[in-house]
Amino acid sequence: MIQTFKMAFRDLNRNRRRTFFSALAVGVGLALLMLMASVINGEMGGAIEQAINLQSGHIQVRAATYDENRNSLKWEDLVENPDQVASQIGALPPVQAATPRLFASGFLATGNDSAGVRIYGIDPASAANNPYRNGMLSGQFLTPDDSAGLLIGQPAAVRLHLKVGDDVSLSINTANGSVDEQTFTIRGIFSTGTYGFDNGTVLMPLAKAQAITQTQNHASTIFVLLKNTADTGSVMTALNLSGNLKALTFTDMNPLVVEWEAMAKSYIALFYIIILAISASVIINTLIMSVYERTREIGILSAIGMRSGRIMSLFLAESSLLAVGGVVLGWILGTAGIALFNINGFYVGNMGINGILISNTIYAKPVMADMTNLSIATFIVTLLAGLYPAIMASRMEPIAALRAEK
Amino acid sequence: MEVVKIENVTRIYKIGAIETQALRGVNLTIANGEFTALVGPSGSGKTTLLQMIGCLDQPSSGRVFVDGKDVTSLNRNQRADMRKGHIGFIFQFFALIPTLTAYENIEMPLLLNGHGANQRRERVMELLKAVDLVDRANNRPDQMSGGQQQRVAIARALATNPTLILADEPTANLDTANGEGVMEIMAQLNKETGVTFVFATHDPRVIKYARRVVTLRDGLIVSE
Ligand SMILES: Nc1ncnc2c1ncn2[C@@H]1O[C@H](COP(=O)(O)OP(=O)(O)OP(=O)(O)O)[C@@H](O)[C@H]1O
Ligand SMILES: [Mg+2]
Repeated sequence: MIQTFKMAFRDLNRNRRRTFFSALAVGVGLALLMLMASVINGEMGGAIEQAINLQSGHIQVRAATYDENRNSLKWEDLVENPDQVASQIGALPPVQAATPRLFASGFLATGNDSAGVRIYGIDPASAANNPYRNGMLSGQFLTPDDSAGLLIGQPAAVRLHLKVGDDVSLSINTANGSVDEQTFTIRGIFSTGTYGFDNGTVLMPLAKAQAITQTQNHASTIFVLLKNTADTGSVMTALNLSGNLKALTFTDMNPLVVEWEAMAKSYIALFYIIILAISASVIINTLIMSVYERTREIGILSAIGMRSGRIMSLFLAESSLLAVGGVVLGWILGTAGIALFNINGFYVGNMGINGILISNTIYAKPVMADMTNLSIATFIVTLLAGLYPAIMASRMEPIAALRAEK
Repeated sequence: MEVVKIENVTRIYKIGAIETQALRGVNLTIANGEFTALVGPSGSGKTTLLQMIGCLDQPSSGRVFVDGKDVTSLNRNQRADMRKGHIGFIFQFFALIPTLTAYENIEMPLLLNGHGANQRRERVMELLKAVDLVDRANNRPDQMSGGQQQRVAIARALATNPTLILADEPTANLDTANGEGVMEIMAQLNKETGVTFVFATHDPRVIKYARRVVTLRDGLIVSE
């Protein structure tokens, strides 16, 4: 056994350059797999996290008849006594925050420009609104009793040339189907780093939103954020909702992201297979070359009584050493690649996929389990690639091998 | 006691439609302790016959016995085991493993036979002494002369105390002095240990060491 590995090691050492480049091919393949897995993980995890934090929460409780595409403000489509419902849900242990929100659509106009906007009536005191609070670029966050102030996302602010303190005119739909118009002051400009959300979103205190839309003591939804995403199912069953309410999970509310994730996973699998096949063919090539070069040597070993199984194990030892070298190189290159990638991240800006929130910048997030699995897969594939040349060597007839002149 | 018995052995090589009758019905018995030369012109079948005896190849017809055992119908691994335990080989091109040192080349058959570490060390040192290469123990083949390499090959062939050593033109790639040296060692080992030597050769200077000369022509034994 030790002797087998000693011989295998010396054979690899005899052709140092070839050995290095073969191991490098395996290593580069593994490094690519690791980087790919980490980037996808960063992007996927990011997309779902963004969707949960900025838009959907883990769970939302709405009126059974509410249709989010129509932003209905009719009282029968809204949650009545939202504060009471929210505090009931907030009392469940896995819940981090539960807060009412009111959604309305409207129209923002300055002297020269105008734009359609989504209005979020939020409770400024709730921790669920921290992503917005933390994204303040200038000005102040909202206060609950501010009745003439709003926050605007950065892209719209830039487009409309707005800055903190400017006055704007906001037209907004109301519960009875009419449109009300009022002048507001820009209290602050925010950016969550996610264009799809920031663009066209306007935040104002819930009380003011309810007043202007004439939806007194109603909200579009109770936005629920959990301490742990894994608790979503158990909280759903623990919710004890009255008949005219319904609860939706983040998977219900983000079908595109979920679908996209499944699609991306199958793409990655295909990518993995391609990379592994390339590594495998490099190893097969190297070892076949090595078998042919050593025809005579194989003949000698066979002549002095080495059984075919042992000859095979000699070549398998070589491919396993190559595999170890490849995995080591893969880790070095892979971690270096991930570190390099994360110095600046990958700026995607507004990817323009409707319904999916992707951070403007993607970072690679390596997961230990992925890295280990990919290393094991690489190791096994390299070993398997060595199988054919090893069998070839073990089948050589000693006389044919010995006749191969020096 | 006979070490080798060959009965009516033929060997036909087929390459495409062309058949070559390398052996046409050879009968030969080699007794224990012989020091026998197979001679004959090129292509007469010397190497082919050695390969039959050495269980490296199998006859097209006829039977081969080595150490009283019928080796004609053995499978691959059984033939390997037969070679490992009973037969040592010495080839024209020295046939050492290039990545192993002289010491390790000699040790290899002992490893294959499952000898323990101490036993191996003792035996290898003993053999290195016998072929006068103690100071070359750690040289790889490319760091030795042809004569030295061939002496390592002799030591390796002897390592497991086989009953039979087959040498195919062991001196063909050596100059006269080295060739004589190698023959000297083989003759001496034959005398001291009684191991049987059969070697194929063209070299008249070598034939004079042989105590029995078997002449082949066109795949048949023509004289003794
Ligand atoms: N593998 C093979 N395939 C086809 N023909 C072969 C093969 N090996 C040997 N022969 C043929 O068999 C005959 C005997 O060959 P062999 O090698 O036994 O002769 P030899 O006496 O050892 O010759 P030399 O003195 O040149 O070594 C030759 O005609 C040779 O061409
Ligand atoms: Mg020959």
